[in-house]
Amino acid sequence: MPEPRFKPGERVKVLKAFPPGHIRTPYYVRGHVGEIERICGAFPNPEELAQMRSGLPAQPLYRVRFRQNEVWPDYRGNPADVLEVEIFQHWLEKA
Amino acid sequence: MKEDQGPYRRLSYFQLMEVTLRELLVEKGVLTPGQVDSEVQAMRKRTPERGARVVARAWIDPAFKQKLLENGSKACESMGIEVPGLHLVAVENTPSVHNVIVCTLCSCYPRMLLGIPPDWYKSLNYRSRMVREPRAVLAEFGLTVAQETQIRVHDSSADMRYIVLPMRPAGTEGWSEERLAALVDRDSMIGVAVPKGPQD
Repeated sequence: MPEPRFKPGERVKVLKAFPPGHIRTPYYVRGHVGEIERICGAFPNPEELAQMRSGLPAQPLYRVRFRQNEVWPDYRGNPADVLEVEIFQHWLEKA
Repeated sequence: MKEDQGPYRRLSYFQLMEVTLRELLVEKGVLTPGQVDSEVQAMRKRTPERGARVVARAWIDPAFKQKLLENGSKACESMGIEVPGLHLVAVENTPSVHNVIVCTLCSCYPRMLLGIPPDWYKSLNYRSRMVREPRAVLAEFGLTVAQETQIRVHDSSADMRYIVLPMRPAGTEGWSEERLAALVDRDSMIGVAVPKGPQD
């Protein structure tokens, strides 16, 4: 697997991009900052797979933990509540 | 007789697509009708009882629980439950953390442990609101999570599949694995309910 660029605990920002096609990065976390919860491994890039290509080399996949009140400013609930989403490495940058 | 009733009722778009695709695959020799049938049979055999066995084992066997939390797929395989090609992540409820699973993009679901997903899991309502206002949605399921408990919503959007490992109910000390498994239902492994014990 390609060397993961991020480590658990590191703060990352999801790209605020809106390319066409089959994208696994949910809209609601684009542009938001979270923390790497774990490295899930490496998987063929689904954006490429959807175009009938191999998706290789496999891309590191992370679980990123977001604070609910960072994603939804009007969130009511425990400020410690979180959302965890799987994000491929090419959608992340250092926060 | 109206055309949408009885043996001549009209197929829905997706039913028609399914029949068309299946017949084409058979006609072109990609699949045999027998293969399609055996896959449907296998799918029907997968029920939440499988997941319940895994949860009950984790409750009575700390070494298994650790293995389950480290590598869900391997732990299930050690019980003879195959999870082919999928990475299973078990997330543990504790007195201070409640986990719940959703797939906002489609309807990813740990079918090998829970079988066919309920319709509400695939509904736009559940998928869009669970990430936005989990406490309100859980309350609609009859589950009130204490304000001081942290809620972790897991959006199962890529290559992992999730199952919630609920807390073992009080008053079940000394129970057998089978008896414990009977307490664990589908909803408690999705995280929209918690198992009820003899004291609840």
